[in-house]
Amino acid sequence: MFLKKQLPLLVAMFMGTMMIIQFFIPHPFSKNVYSTILDWLMIVTAFTLLIAVQSTVQMHITKIRRKVTDWQSSVIVLTALGITVFVGILGGAYAPTNILMKIFPNVQPGSDTPLMYLYIYFQTPMQATIFSLLAFYMASAAFRAFRARSFDATMLLITASIVTIGRVPIGQFFYANMPEVVEWILNYPSMAAQRGILIGVNLGMIATSLKIILGIERGYLGGGK
Amino acid sequence: MAISTSIWIWIAALLTLSIYSFLYKDNPFYKFSEKILVGISIGYTVSIYFHNTIIAKVWNPLVHDHNFLVIVPLILGLLMFSRLFKGKAYLSRIPIAFVVGTGCGMSIPSSFENLFKQVQGTMPQVFTIGNIIILIGVLSTLIYFFFSVEHKGIIGKVTRVGITFIMIGFGAAFGATIMARISLFIGRIQFLLGDWLGIIS
Repeated sequence: MFLKKQLPLLVAMFMGTMMIIQFFIPHPFSKNVYSTILDWLMIVTAFTLLIAVQSTVQMHITKIRRKVTDWQSSVIVLTALGITVFVGILGGAYAPTNILMKIFPNVQPGSDTPLMYLYIYFQTPMQATIFSLLAFYMASAAFRAFRARSFDATMLLITASIVTIGRVPIGQFFYANMPEVVEWILNYPSMAAQRGILIGVNLGMIATSLKIILGIERGYLGGGK
Repeated sequence: MAISTSIWIWIAALLTLSIYSFLYKDNPFYKFSEKILVGISIGYTVSIYFHNTIIAKVWNPLVHDHNFLVIVPLILGLLMFSRLFKGKAYLSRIPIAFVVGTGCGMSIPSSFENLFKQVQGTMPQVFTIGNIIILIGVLSTLIYFFFSVEHKGIIGKVTRVGITFIMIGFGAAFGATIMARISLFIGRIQFLLGDWLGIIS
């Protein structure tokens, strides 16, 4: 019981309290503790990522085994993942590893790694394209959803239109001071709303963090006994 | 300019086109590219974590610098794998509590800092129309999100003003998001017509 419930709550309480106290102690030792804990956090996070990857791989293997609909997609995912991890771990991330330089003598310490080729010529173009694809769907959704049915909806419609048109040369073609109008909207009424929301978000974060540190909020421990 | 002869540019261009083919309808080319993106994204993250964290922060300190303190987060990390064993899955709560507790402890001072910065920015040093708009907008937005009091009477009127400000904020955010997506689209078209086909310089 202690290992299952009390210990995790004590760990969260201890670490949370320590990090708050550390913030108010301007001493080199305190700064050292902060950077050490930050490194520890990154290490533990790396292992949690591995669990996530294991879960994804397991799901795709199950799909392939059971030959469910579209199981071929899972083969593509696993192949792409396997090749990327293989070249990434053996070849290096930002600089080539010694293993890669031994296998390919023409690869120099400053050369691009195979992982960077995958990143630049596969991942980046596809990610940018998928995000740019959303422009079409957002425009079509806006066309269907934006109706000046009420005062608030009209305000949303007008602001979105001004900010969209004002950021391109055609805006200046309609009205010479359009960029200044956009700047004013972003700097004053829009900023006011975002500031109000941000104050609320920060207050919420403080309240939730305190609840977790004090052991009132325990949802992160998951269900079960 | 001429059409590109680089195989990498051709790969990037064909993957870009296969994703744009979704604008017509869902098809095998799009599905193929989508799955490749999923696999490569996960693989890339794993590789970066492996080199930046496992090698740089665990292997090197432990093997080369003999810093045995690293064993503590290593054990905590390994405890995450207890989730794979049914009877011992509860042990993974300890590293989760470590991550959550530390994150909360770090977020409280930084949230207070952000909060005070926002409050300070709201306080007008000079009474200009813009500063007064910000003051009214922030207060009315905050009152709109305050649900402990019923939104009736004077509070109701103030919340109406708050909703108007929120709508302007959302409209501006929506417009900015559309423009960000459009600029990505322009970037992809420039890549296809310039880097790949060599039609534009």
